[in-house]
Amino acid sequence: MAYRDEKLNEEKVFKDPVHRYIHVRDRVIWDLIGTPEFQRLRRIKQLGTTYLTFHGAEHSRFNHSLGVYEIVRRIIENFRDQPFWDDDERLLCLCASLLHDLGHGPFSHSFEKVFDLDHEDYTRAIILGDTKVNEILRRVDENFPQDVADVIHKTYSNKLVVSLISSQIDADRMDYLQRDAYFTGVSYGHFDMERILRVMRPMEDQMVIKESGMHAVEDYIMSRYQMYWQVYFHPVTRSAEVILSKILHRAKELYLANEYEFKLKPMHFESFFLKEVSLEDYLKLDENVVFYYFHIWKEEEDAILSDLCRRFVDRDLFKYVEFDPGNQYRELMDLKECFTEAGVDPTYYLEVDSSSDLPYDFYRPGEEEERLPIHLQLPTGELKELSRQSDIVESISGKKRTDHKLYFAKDLIEQLPEESDIKKRIYEILKG
Amino acid sequence: MLEDHARLMAFFEQAQEVVGRKRLQKMVYILKKCGFDFSERYSFHFYGPYSEELSTRIEELCNLGFLDEAKEKEKGYYQYRYHLTDRGAGFLSESGVTTPNMDSVIQKMDEQSSKFLELVSTMLYFDNFSKEEIEDKVRTVKSQQNYTEADFEEAWRFISDMKH
Repeated sequence: MAYRDEKLNEEKVFKDPVHRYIHVRDRVIWDLIGTPEFQRLRRIKQLGTTYLTFHGAEHSRFNHSLGVYEIVRRIIENFRDQPFWDDDERLLCLCASLLHDLGHGPFSHSFEKVFDLDHEDYTRAIILGDTKVNEILRRVDENFPQDVADVIHKTYSNKLVVSLISSQIDADRMDYLQRDAYFTGVSYGHFDMERILRVMRPMEDQMVIKESGMHAVEDYIMSRYQMYWQVYFHPVTRSAEVILSKILHRAKELYLANEYEFKLKPMHFESFFLKEVSLEDYLKLDENVVFYYFHIWKEEEDAILSDLCRRFVDRDLFKYVEFDPGNQYRELMDLKECFTEAGVDPTYYLEVDSSSDLPYDFYRPGEEEERLPIHLQLPTGELKELSRQSDIVESISGKKRTDHKLYFAKDLIEQLPEESDIKKRIYEILKG
Repeated sequence: MLEDHARLMAFFEQAQEVVGRKRLQKMVYILKKCGFDFSERYSFHFYGPYSEELSTRIEELCNLGFLDEAKEKEKGYYQYRYHLTDRGAGFLSESGVTTPNMDSVIQKMDEQSSKFLELVSTMLYFDNFSKEEIEDKVRTVKSQQNYTEADFEEAWRFISDMKH
């Protein structure tokens, strides 16, 4: 029997708190799960620093990847024998869904910003490079790794296949919303996925939703909106992200200055600092390794690096105030000067964080063909864009809420002498 | 701080006016590919390279009063017209962010249709492939656009011109 058709003698199941069970029958899927590159995802948290706000949020990208695979497996079961669906694409969809986040690194949001990396590039590199994952995919077919990479990269010729994993209502979002809600313990991320799966229909270029399922989709869109503001963009999590970025910047600055002797040489970071990251280097750096360095760096001679690492490890985060760049930009300039005068380096202890720093995928109704919207299929067969049918969705896809906060090390300001003018001035600006 | 916002405002200052969200997305992408320093991340979407980060940042600039967005009805569909406000220009001049001159590249893009910029940005998205592979990829992912040989030739000329 060809490897692509090989089934396990007995179905394997993973117990899962979100989907109850994740079912594996294909030998290829089972083999991919066992690769070192996929197992590495156990050591990368799905929500990065969110665990510092919601202590339950310790789940990994491994959990999520299995979850996306399971949702796609169920969608495909429903699609079988339906028009526009080609069951020859089944294994490709399953592999792409399982591997779609393979290139995520530790705390990828901050890492990617500081080191100018893109996890999608690494997903592709792992799938196409000299890895166990590639070895398994090539056993299916010589071109199969490229097809899997193309689906994840959203450039595969069959757009219906792409839309299962990446569209405005896809398996990726449906898993992470429910999983993140479960592990953070919030009540906002829940929606009736079973209902959505039942009303999904394959079309030539995308999945569409039977009109009768509109309310289930409304619920899904609302849960996206709530999870963004209540969980993903939580101001305390943003504070942790700010400190994490500052640590990486500081370590990089010290390393590149070539004058500082680290107590623990940042071997695992060197290629990141030098912008020469090989796939091997990339795969070696997971969150366990990062935490090891941060623990050791708490003892560094450099006061800024050691202080920032202590803050991150011990969760002594920056405080924040609301900030309006439109009206307070001059105050920000003054504040930077005051911090400098007070001996508190504003480069590391003062930061403005904006909603665009963590872009939320607002539901976009596809005006001017920015993104493909969700389409409802009316009983006549006609397709209508979701927000034209749903008042609820229309109301949250109108004017966008944006947000800016000013983060700073309040404890360092509090330590300034009570009578000092600079301390008073800083508080005046912050309260202003 | 807010340097990314300032860099976008510098683009609007030099462009004076940008009509169309899709056009805006493609212009910034092409500038980025020409080596101009924009931090917004792009990935491939149904209609070509698209940056959610850029869309959100534009919304922020509008909410802050730095950018004016006018929605206009045009031949049965809506389009958006953007220009930098006086307040935005004030912020930009105080931000201390220096940006290179993008005038000539912007001017070349202004002379082209959105459909053409969509073709160019999609070709640039695959720029790690060979010329033949790029054309094949574009034909695959944008099959509905029915780009002709002449379109590709013109796009290659444009890309070469932009990068020099």
